[in-house]
Amino acid sequence: MSNGKKLLACPYVIWSAVFIIIPLCMVFYYGLTDKSGAFTMANIAAIATAEHAKALWLSILLSLISTVICFLLAYPLAMILCNLNVNQHSFIVLVFILPMWMNFLLRTLAWQTLLEKTGVINNILGFLHLPTLNIINTPYAIILGMVYNFLPFMVLPLYNVLVKIDKNVINAARDLGANSIQTFFKVILPLSVPGIISGITMVFVPALTTFVISTLLGGSKILLIGNVIEQEFTQTGNWNLGSGLSIVLMLFIIINMVATAIFDKEGTGTAL
Amino acid sequence: MNKLIDLQHITKTFDSNTVLDDMNLYIRENEFLTLLGPSGCGKTTTLRIIGGFENPDSGSVIFDGQDITSLAPNKRQVNTVFQKYALFPHMDIAENIAFGLKIKNKSKSYIDDKIKYALKLVNLDGYERRMPDSLSGGQQQRIAIARAIVNEPKVLLLDEPLGALDLKLRQDMQYELIRLKNELGITFIYVTHDQEEALTMSDTIVVMNQGYIQQIGTPEDIYNEPENAFVADFIGDSNILDSIMIRDELVEILGARFACVDTGFGENTPVDVVIRPEDVELVEPENGTIEGVVTHIIFKGVHYEMEVTANGFEWLVHSTRMFAVGTKVGIHVDPFNIQIMHKPESEDEEAVGVNE
Ligand SMILES: Nc1ncnc2c1ncn2[C@@H]1O[C@H](COP(=O)(O)OP(=O)(O)O)[C@@H](O)[C@H]1O
Ligand SMILES: [Mg+2]
Repeated sequence: MSNGKKLLACPYVIWSAVFIIIPLCMVFYYGLTDKSGAFTMANIAAIATAEHAKALWLSILLSLISTVICFLLAYPLAMILCNLNVNQHSFIVLVFILPMWMNFLLRTLAWQTLLEKTGVINNILGFLHLPTLNIINTPYAIILGMVYNFLPFMVLPLYNVLVKIDKNVINAARDLGANSIQTFFKVILPLSVPGIISGITMVFVPALTTFVISTLLGGSKILLIGNVIEQEFTQTGNWNLGSGLSIVLMLFIIINMVATAIFDKEGTGTAL
Repeated sequence: MNKLIDLQHITKTFDSNTVLDDMNLYIRENEFLTLLGPSGCGKTTTLRIIGGFENPDSGSVIFDGQDITSLAPNKRQVNTVFQKYALFPHMDIAENIAFGLKIKNKSKSYIDDKIKYALKLVNLDGYERRMPDSLSGGQQQRIAIARAIVNEPKVLLLDEPLGALDLKLRQDMQYELIRLKNELGITFIYVTHDQEEALTMSDTIVVMNQGYIQQIGTPEDIYNEPENAFVADFIGDSNILDSIMIRDELVEILGARFACVDTGFGENTPVDVVIRPEDVELVEPENGTIEGVVTHIIFKGVHYEMEVTANGFEWLVHSTRMFAVGTKVGIHVDPFNIQIMHKPESEDEEAVGVNE
């Protein structure tokens, strides 16, 4: 690397130091000490308490469900996108990306308004004399919020791998006698594994750590691990406990990423 | 003769671009038939229609007496070797070759035997466990062929299979393909834009241009008796001259009269004349039909390639005798080496099908 390039990398190095490395060190420092500054594992062990374990379990469950739903929606969508011609294509992508330009909080707030007991959706349903929808402040609303917000992160990596599959490889499968279902399971699906892996990671991780979606759509009754940590920092003011629980959550994320990386290597040999 | 595949009145249009226009072509059993033409003339499209990857707008595809125009590709008794190999990148070589057989639920021992046999046939024994991307282009190409032939298709479709290989490998593979064809005793439909390849390998050549068949014939027919200027120009080097057919067996080329063997063109009819460079004989100036001057010479190994300006035309000449630049020479052509062709009456007709 030339000196000029090194110089250009400087802002990035400073940026990562200030906003990634230092905060990370602080999280570890607070997580592994008590209020007096002495070393302790108590903050980490606190995950085992019934309340925290339940929040973590619920977070994992809801994130898993959301990830599966995102996958089931995104895969056909990505396949359709791949088969469109250029004009239709950019239109659909635009329709799809448009809501992404809106702030994440606003989007979730919009869903709150839509889903409320006397919200837009129920007004319309009532007007049509249909039974009303009471999912606000339930786990269903949280799943809806997660799927809505994180779906693009599943579609994008899937689209990227699917669009790169050589059409003639698919034709070759058909040519050798495979019907469309066999072609899908023997060729298209295995070749898209790298995209599936990164899609899963990109949905599961933010879903696992979110607290905004659960706060806005789950009311105050449903606590996810993200909410618990947030409250320790902002309400209880116990930074040590908040950091300890964050470390546990980080551990889960790292386990998830390592597991997918290993699965990826064994499963396909095509992913880099 | 038995028609194995019969394409009847095939027309195919891609958004207002007519790629094939009322094409009629049949392929006999055990034939090595080559579709030859410049890039974009519709060769791949023809092959894709036979393979079932493209539906013609009109016309029908008859296979062994059955109409298969709208039959799905996986139900057809043909296999394709695609232009860029199209091996399955996530499977090793053995799995690639076994793909079609597994779909057909063949027994494991049958499949294993077939893999061995096919790898031997393409000279790649022992490659079972290699991944496609660890193979060279030529090896991948041979695997693609092996993958197709283990299914024992009645017809093998090959789309410029040697296009991506270098010259030496291409020539080796041409012989391999001819050997394979003879060993397997199946029909080959081969697509190429390389006239040498077509002349070397084919039983029958179909010369195409802009979606029309220009000429169908054996390599010798196509080379020695091109039916129009396009075919003459496309197949090998040639001198194509504006001429007038004075009467039967006499043609006026560049103002000089040459004896020829063609008849039936009428009197004083404008025609195109093709003379191959190796058929132009350079003699003493006073012994030639017309007189010219050598303007250019290159040594080509087997022969010298010369340009001779005579009566305002640059003649391309191949000869084993050398004439220095500036030498005055006479040009003589034997009557049976003068190929007379009808002139196209319009731009359109230049690309119109010539059906026998
Ligand atoms: N799927 C397609 N959509 C639009 N045009 C196509 C398509 N396939 C082929 N063409 C056009 O048809 C013409 C013939 O193509 P092709 O059969 O591939 O020619 P060749 O194989 O002789 O080079 C070209 O002009 C090409 O651009
Ligand atoms: Mg082509």
